[in-house]
Amino acid sequence: MSKVKTRFRGDRGLTARMGLVGFLLVALYLLFGAVLIAYTNLFFGIIVVVALAFGQWYFSDRLALASMRARIVTPEQAPELHGMVDRLVALADMPKPRVAIADTDLPNAFATGRSPDHAVVCVTTGIMRRLNAEELEGVLSHELAHVANRDVAVMTVASVIGLCAGFIARWGLFFGGGDRGRDNGPPVWLIIWLVSLVVYAISFLLTRALSRYRELSADRSGAYLTGKPSALASALTKISGDMARIPTRDLRQAQSMNAFFFTPALKSEHFSTLLSTHPHIQTRLDQLARISADLGRQV
Amino acid sequence: MGLFDTLLGRKKPVKANLDALFALPQAAVTLEVGAGFRSSGVGSVCYRASEGAAFASMQSDIQALLDADGGPAVERSQDSYGFTWLVCRQEPDSVSELVTELHTVNTTLEANGFGPSLLCSVVDFDGPDGQTLGLVYLYKRGSFYPFAPVGDQRRDNALELQIRGLIADDVPIEKSLERWLALWGAPGLA
Repeated sequence: MSKVKTRFRGDRGLTARMGLVGFLLVALYLLFGAVLIAYTNLFFGIIVVVALAFGQWYFSDRLALASMRARIVTPEQAPELHGMVDRLVALADMPKPRVAIADTDLPNAFATGRSPDHAVVCVTTGIMRRLNAEELEGVLSHELAHVANRDVAVMTVASVIGLCAGFIARWGLFFGGGDRGRDNGPPVWLIIWLVSLVVYAISFLLTRALSRYRELSADRSGAYLTGKPSALASALTKISGDMARIPTRDLRQAQSMNAFFFTPALKSEHFSTLLSTHPHIQTRLDQLARISADLGRQV
Repeated sequence: MGLFDTLLGRKKPVKANLDALFALPQAAVTLEVGAGFRSSGVGSVCYRASEGAAFASMQSDIQALLDADGGPAVERSQDSYGFTWLVCRQEPDSVSELVTELHTVNTTLEANGFGPSLLCSVVDFDGPDGQTLGLVYLYKRGSFYPFAPVGDQRRDNALELQIRGLIADDVPIEKSLERWLALWGAPGLA
């Protein structure tokens, strides 16, 4: 059978970078686990942290909706929005997620839920007011790509190690206070604590990198799905421009939701690219421009 | 989607399955015999037009190709969701010719690398009591479902389920009712 021609071009570099980051995270997991098992029996604490992370993933849809005060809407309540999502999921051949609206002027959107079958896509009233239909569709396709890529699950797993290390870095000295060193070497707890600090810092950088790559990946899939990368780019510029103009107090309230957002709520100039959850807007616009050129090329 | 694709976050566009479309004429016969629904000779392909020159020129090529047979001109329209409909017309009851025209559209899109942009094909039928019914083919799933709109954003679910039972032996029916997309604004369907 001859190979069917496709215009979709994967980004090898992006895939490779994501693979490398994932590999480093797993290596860090193994290393950290080995150190813990070798030197401590603080398993109870670790189990609690892992259970918390599991709960955060399992109830991610409810947690996110509650913290954004979003409500699930029926097709009768929001026919246009549902119609748009209906078409996009049919085009992408994926199960339809629930649709929610958050009543806030903050122009944003997010997707969450533990699996594609339990996913929710949420838009704010602010984003619906600012974007035209084509741009809103671009944003929805980006969020649907997050759902299809199972980004909530991947990011939860990736951040568990950071949570554990952070837990020990914060509470380890407290727990280990009674345990004196068994020999003349330096106190075991101090070592664990220092290791945890380092692990925490590294895993923080790695998960942020992973998050940025997955944002780019969602932009790419979304743009190919609608065939309109320029509409997505226009939505991006419109929203990030608006975000900068909104008083920061409102934005800070939404900051905990940053990783799920279409564009980050708080963009401080002090934050270097290394630490942010989203790629720089210019990086995203450049990628979309390349996809647009690819789509327009005669074959 | 495999584990690797999940880990690397690379969901590729889903390819269209074009083959099952040719089962449609058989279902048309069953529809007429079993329920009195006759083809109105109107069929349409719904797709998502990509931006850029490549798609636009391919689109006019398709129209020129289909209009070359001297029959009624192919009409192109855009619905409120930003999807494009190419409407083909043939004599009523010549469902096979209609399906061939629809298939030409499909293969042209696919040959130009736009196969993932195909959403669905619809062949329109008129009922004995003036109802309209669309038999919809979903490319991404390779399956059919009936769509019977009545008035403004309402559909006759009872009729759709009745038709499903009738044509289940002729064409692969979409099993998940959730995927029975409501095609509001489809040309030719009231």
